[in-house]
Amino acid sequence: MSLLRTENVMMQFGGVLAVNNLNLEVNEHEIVALIGPNGAGKTTAFNMITGVYTPTQGKVLYMDASGKERDLTGKKPSTIAKLGVARTFQNIRLFSDLTVYENVLIAKHLHLKSNFLSATFRLPWYRKEEAAMRESVEALLKEVDLWDLRNEKASSLPYGQQRHLEIIRALATSPRLLLLDEPAAGMNPKETDELTDFIRHIRDQFGLTIFMIEHHMDLVMEISDRIYVLDFGMTIAQGDPESIQNNQRVITAYLGED
Amino acid sequence: MELFSALANMTGASLAQHLVNGISLGSLYAMIAIGYTMVYGILLMINFAHGDIVMMACYFAFFGITVFHIPWYLTFIGTIVATALLGVVIERTAYRPLRDAPKNSVLISAIGASFLLENLANYLFSGRPMRFPDIPLLSSNISVAGVQIQAICLFIPVIMILCLFVLLHIVNHTKTGMAMRAVSKDYEIARVMGINIDNIISITFAIGSALAAVGAIMWGIRYPGITPYLGVMPGLKCFIAAVIGGIGDIKGAVLGGFILGMGEILIVAFFPMLSGYRDAFAFILLILILFFKPTGLLGEKTTEKV
Repeated sequence: MSLLRTENVMMQFGGVLAVNNLNLEVNEHEIVALIGPNGAGKTTAFNMITGVYTPTQGKVLYMDASGKERDLTGKKPSTIAKLGVARTFQNIRLFSDLTVYENVLIAKHLHLKSNFLSATFRLPWYRKEEAAMRESVEALLKEVDLWDLRNEKASSLPYGQQRHLEIIRALATSPRLLLLDEPAAGMNPKETDELTDFIRHIRDQFGLTIFMIEHHMDLVMEISDRIYVLDFGMTIAQGDPESIQNNQRVITAYLGED
Repeated sequence: MELFSALANMTGASLAQHLVNGISLGSLYAMIAIGYTMVYGILLMINFAHGDIVMMACYFAFFGITVFHIPWYLTFIGTIVATALLGVVIERTAYRPLRDAPKNSVLISAIGASFLLENLANYLFSGRPMRFPDIPLLSSNISVAGVQIQAICLFIPVIMILCLFVLLHIVNHTKTGMAMRAVSKDYEIARVMGINIDNIISITFAIGSALAAVGAIMWGIRYPGITPYLGVMPGLKCFIAAVIGGIGDIKGAVLGGFILGMGEILIVAFFPMLSGYRDAFAFILLILILFFKPTGLLGEKTTEKV
């Protein structure tokens, strides 16, 4: 059963066709990669799935927690986020002048059920919920060894740790589908290896499905169950890592023709 | 020389009188400036219609009490609710359709909303000044330690500080407040984390306008002549107050409001010959602040913004 499906999705900006006829399918607990040269329309695809853009044509379908298929096309980003779709950004987007802890807390906080009154008067169920929330933030931060740095400003963290924090913050919204936009961008080979393990680890631990855009081919080939290749908005190939590596059209798109 | 004679003539009682006037005017400015600063914090735009929202609130109260004879306390509650709604309606009709448009378009739309409200009031209520109704207890003068003051002056700072505490509590300790702060830091992240930014913006306008209504009611009791253009000058001054304090910062807006209100009253008190320049004081202060500390007294350093 597919968790995310797009049906003939198309995105046009004026005269530019950024994504044309995209038909994706991401199954539960899979790790699926979306690759392609710069400007192929990968981030545009993410923006359509998360509601930042409304597709010019086509449908984005998502299976919610109760197993019902929902049409996400044209829904607000906040609605889609509440249905369990979280994402990270290509260029890191943290609340840079808040602390590490606050960054995760904000994401968690918004899922509290308590209202204004119970928060104001600190009623017992609010306190209980808040304690549980703080505990889960602590657990998340310990997961990425950021607990000791929790009071540092997010912007003061080294680059690799900011990437981890961004992923953790997305996890704090309790997603079922996690979209990672170039999580390994700017990482050295060692950091990339660690990230590979980390992505697998969170998939297993949180029962996630992961859909990611990535340029590091080592990472993509090692981790992905399936790969989609975009070029100039068109899907030029799809399949398992091995078949993609040997696909002539993919090689041409990346390396140019002889 | 004149300064010395002004000082020499000033008795303790008249100094106290000026201070009371300064504190109440400062508090009123602060109440209105908060609305400017909250909207700016979230949308990075200046809601030029805010002063006119104050004016509309004065008319709501006038109509409730004088025309419809509704008890004043019920009228005040109704006024606050109606003004909050008015703020939300203005946001939905004049600003929301321009959410993805360049900032200047929204700014121009705000000026349009301001003119619309002024002229609508002029058309509906006529330009003839109306008298804000007298409120039992609050409008009368009382004598405290030999100083004659209007009773409302005792309540204005207290109500202002009460509103400030409630507001800071909402912003810092509730889920909605946290969402507001998240939207003001980066709305694109905020929305993918499940925050409905349209709702948060509506709530911001509702709160800002409700505070403006509270300010407007106290303003009306204190300065009872109401006209369709009564919001223009206070609106400008409160915007300046927000800039002086550091626009986007709630405490800064309150600080700026006090500096402006106090400064205005005291300048006239100490330099009676300058009383004609009373309104110029705010603008001179604005120029100085923009010159020496453009981020405002409590504002954070930012590279981008307007």
